[in-house]
Amino acid sequence: MNTALHELLNSGPPPAPTIDNFISANHFPLVDRGGVTFVYRGEADSVLLRCWIHGLPTAQPLERLAQTDLWQLWIDLPPNSRIEYKFEVVHGERSEWITDPLNPHKAVDPFGANSVCQGFGYQRPQWTLPDPQSRPGALEELRVNSESLGAAKRLFTYLPARFRRSRRYPLLIVHDGEDYLRFADLKTVLDNLIHRLEIPPLIVCLTQSGDRLREYAGDDRHARFLSDEVLPLMRAKYPLLDEPAGRGLMGASFGAVASLHAAWRNPGLYGRLLLQSGSFAFSDIGNHRRTPVFDPVVRFVNEFRAQPGKPSSRMYLSCGIYESLIYENRSIVPLLSEQGIQVRYEEVRDGHNWENWRDRLRSGLSWLFPGPLWMVYE
Amino acid sequence: MLYHFPMSDVVILGPQFQEPNLALALGRLGIEGQLVSISAGWQEREGEIDELRTHVRLPVTDLALYARTERVFAHDAELHEAYRQRQGRLRELQDLYRLRLEHAKDAARELVRRAGDPDLLRRAQRSAMHALRTLDREHLRAIEREHANFRRDLRPQQRASVVPHIQELRQLIEAATAVLVAGGHVAVLANRLRLFDLQRLLAGKTLLAWSAGAMALSDCIVLFHDHPPQGAGNAEVFDAGLGLLPGVVPLPHAQTRLTLHESSRIAMFARRFAPAQCLTLDHGSLLHWREGKLLGSGNSWRLSRQGELEEVRAA
Repeated sequence: MNTALHELLNSGPPPAPTIDNFISANHFPLVDRGGVTFVYRGEADSVLLRCWIHGLPTAQPLERLAQTDLWQLWIDLPPNSRIEYKFEVVHGERSEWITDPLNPHKAVDPFGANSVCQGFGYQRPQWTLPDPQSRPGALEELRVNSESLGAAKRLFTYLPARFRRSRRYPLLIVHDGEDYLRFADLKTVLDNLIHRLEIPPLIVCLTQSGDRLREYAGDDRHARFLSDEVLPLMRAKYPLLDEPAGRGLMGASFGAVASLHAAWRNPGLYGRLLLQSGSFAFSDIGNHRRTPVFDPVVRFVNEFRAQPGKPSSRMYLSCGIYESLIYENRSIVPLLSEQGIQVRYEEVRDGHNWENWRDRLRSGLSWLFPGPLWMVYE
Repeated sequence: MLYHFPMSDVVILGPQFQEPNLALALGRLGIEGQLVSISAGWQEREGEIDELRTHVRLPVTDLALYARTERVFAHDAELHEAYRQRQGRLRELQDLYRLRLEHAKDAARELVRRAGDPDLLRRAQRSAMHALRTLDREHLRAIEREHANFRRDLRPQQRASVVPHIQELRQLIEAATAVLVAGGHVAVLANRLRLFDLQRLLAGKTLLAWSAGAMALSDCIVLFHDHPPQGAGNAEVFDAGLGLLPGVVPLPHAQTRLTLHESSRIAMFARRFAPAQCLTLDHGSLLHWREGKLLGSGNSWRLSRQGELEEVRAA
């Protein structure tokens, strides 16, 4: 049990005002070097911790502390970990999933919000926070009527600060781009990394799909959309470096599958791939055990694993070790390296979420697009 | 080692973005009238000096070295090709040096951390530092040989494509009360300065340079960053500068680029480049030399061989 909580309970069940003081004097969950104590206060029949850490049960009951309305659960969490969670509060037949009322730190994603537990030693990287010194880039909205996908598509283009038509820029096409902006602070990150010279000024095309589980699941129409429609549009509108090393694709989860698939379908076109927590599900024999939305993914990844070719010359992959996809990501790395691809792979104590993907952007982008850090002193 | 200082005022400053102190420096020197600027380090943004003009409130003409170089190369294919080849050789030279540097630096660092017989350790540390300094010196000589070969074979300053530019630059510089050398891409800047013989044209002029501009005026350009997102972060000798600020290794953005709280790193940096003085240049830094004598200083720190930061003070 956490020391502070132990002290609170040391001389028997504490009265409500003492618990009030304890609550206001501490940050929750209670984090120490060895692990984390989750605390819930309130009446309920039971309270469960809901989190998605590969290897642990997705629901773990909190223990009610005798003669109080406090509930607690200690779990082992190594230093520098970061996990997202909710509480399931049960009253009779009714149960409700809520974010932790005692924890103000929440991570938002397209499905809502989770509470965030930052393990001992974790610190949000400075370069993910707005820096008044960084010159801001600009976002432009574009529309494209996609023949490949049979739908009108909205794109955003990030133009770096001090953009000049007289210069040529690398291009990065991002899957779930608007989500990256909203949930992973992509614009702030780009502004900061460019300002710090850790990456060169980039043009970033942000794509967003209304049907990502289909379009991103190894769909040839999506690959054509990128190579035959998005790329020509970007070439026509902006001064781009016309070489594979100056063209990249990026995505997380199914977006990583879409990136790998599009590069695989067009070898030599995209010289840089940034793949985060890729949903690279495959089957060695028989059927896979994931949901049916993974069927086309498994078909593609199986085909890819049989004939990988060289979809790109340099790739960055990352995955959280608390993700169920860790096995698939670990499996694909040696395969890529064997093709002569320069691969950098990073594992972190994190889950399948946007803050994990945000925190890896510096490492991934600077590996794929090294900035003029050593040469420029402004 | 004796350094030969030019008979002029040389002022070096920290970064001028957001908190410039160039106007203050000009005011202290009592400089008025026409100025010229060198902003080749800004590459495609060269010549965008409206903010600079507003800040100094004096007429400024940019020497447009970056644009001039583009024009020279467009008209002189032989020079362009030879330049490209030289740059290729210099890159390869840098790669080879970097490979050796990594091992030499690792050994020197490891010896600093190691426990053992103090006498034996001290000797080993001294030897490792000697190896580093020898490597740096050899590399700088190899770079200078490449430049000398290029000058001998191509005679850039006597070519029809370059001579008119040098003449025009001489007139502009002679008519100016001071020359401002902006920061930016230090290699681009140093190469343009060299191509148009700025070492000779700037001799005797009052110079005010900041960031990469200060590095290009020194006699040895040292690149540095202790914690880059990729790679080891070993400071490296990159090129010979113009030698108009001899015996100084300017360290722009030192607060963000260097781990200034680590005594062993500071000591190693200072010892490696001694007897040159390693001087930090951050926002508000100002160092003023006249004929080699430091007349004014502010907000700059010297990296000491003992691993301390000593405030730079004019005598």
